[in-house]
Amino acid sequence: MLRDAWLIASKDLRVEWSSKVLTGQVLPFGVLVLILFGFGISPDRRVVEAPERAVLEQVAPGLFWMAVLLSALLALGRSFAIESVDGNLDALKLTGLDPAGIFLGKGLAVWLELVALEVVLGAGAFLLYGAPLGHPGLLAVTVAATTTSVAAAGTLYAALASGLRVRDTLVPLLVLPVLAPVLLGATLATEAALFGPAGDGWPWAGFLGAFALLYLGAGILSFGPLLEET
Amino acid sequence: MTQVETANATRGATSSKATRMLGVLSAVGVAALLLFGLILSPPDVAQADSVRLFYIHVPSAIVGLYLAFGVTCLGSIIHLRNGSVFWDLLAGAAAEIGVVFAGFTLVTGMLWGRPTWGVYWQWDPRLTSTSLSFLLFLGYLAVRRLDLDPAVRSKRAAILGIIGFLNLIIVRQSVQWWRSLHQGSTLNPVDAQIDGLMLFSFFLGLIALTSVFFWLLLHRFRVAWMEHQIEAASVTTALAARRSEAADYDGLAGNT
Repeated sequence: MLRDAWLIASKDLRVEWSSKVLTGQVLPFGVLVLILFGFGISPDRRVVEAPERAVLEQVAPGLFWMAVLLSALLALGRSFAIESVDGNLDALKLTGLDPAGIFLGKGLAVWLELVALEVVLGAGAFLLYGAPLGHPGLLAVTVAATTTSVAAAGTLYAALASGLRVRDTLVPLLVLPVLAPVLLGATLATEAALFGPAGDGWPWAGFLGAFALLYLGAGILSFGPLLEET
Repeated sequence: MTQVETANATRGATSSKATRMLGVLSAVGVAALLLFGLILSPPDVAQADSVRLFYIHVPSAIVGLYLAFGVTCLGSIIHLRNGSVFWDLLAGAAAEIGVVFAGFTLVTGMLWGRPTWGVYWQWDPRLTSTSLSFLLFLGYLAVRRLDLDPAVRSKRAAILGIIGFLNLIIVRQSVQWWRSLHQGSTLNPVDAQIDGLMLFSFFLGLIALTSVFFWLLLHRFRVAWMEHQIEAASVTTALAARRSEAADYDGLAGNT
């Protein structure tokens, strides 16, 4: 299963490396979203109750994760768009690879792409919104768990919509309500990691870890029946 | 599918003796709920008359989110295990009605919020998580409406129905947790010192709406079942027509 997963993941990453769609389109899109948030929330605005930080700095964790989530939708769509041309999905089934391995492989590729995206968007968020970094350890755990949740749940739902003409509009409708608790947990854990205290963030990091494990399990179990008849 | 139901389905009616009884029961239940909820039960000490919304708001939340989506989850599990068309259609019918009840819960919740909080929308844990659950199952219904091979569509919908229900619980728990960290728990509709008649009205609402749910479910399911049979029949008819055409052609070819 793990060997199959690695095969699929390296295939997807090679496709991305040669096509440059992620670096050339998805990444700039994410940065654009970060900048547009700055227009939506004026950078000079401060609230009376907490004048020491600009509003933009206070809400930076949520904006960062929103930008990641929106970019992730594109990356997920891309992950299955490359399978839906030229009967690739049928070819994938004919390879005889373990469906659970296919799920893990596609998820792993998305995971690595998202981490790369988060590094760039995170740097952008620090630069643009100017938030401090209080607890790097909590931030690292939060990023890992959130990315796993997004990659696992996203891959499962993108597969559900794969091969459909309405895929591009269906995936966001399916994925976003599911990832709403993840956005919530990631934002609160990141807030704690930036502004402290870290104790507020660890329960949410744990919640994100549990969510990630749940969707990894769901994906491993359901990918077999999902690929069988599509 | 009992024989009576099959007979009804082929005759083209969605009602039977049982559904007519259930329909009458639902109508009486709703009428009684109106009587008790609006007239006989006393106004609340703190919330005055707006408390009356709870007799319909809370039951519709329970019936929509837990009963209806629970039936969807159960039907989806059974469908995935043995491919039963019956349970697949039942899951779909329950989800449709569940979405209606969830929407009703949102509207009544907001109507209650206006006099109580002064605004229609508060980031109240229940209201927030209900809106997400509502959208979650709209996605499920979108998948059910896809132009796909029915077997494939049912399988995908079933996977979504199971995960959707699990996710509904996660959403509710996480939102609850989120808000409880920031503010005290919201008003509990069934608090300890509730008036007897109020509690009665609440349970009456629960029974009446459960009855309405099952009544709608039976009808909606039977419509879906008939659609399924028409689809199956039209394939058979088309096959027979093609076969007879082929036979005619063979016959003509033989004559000349």
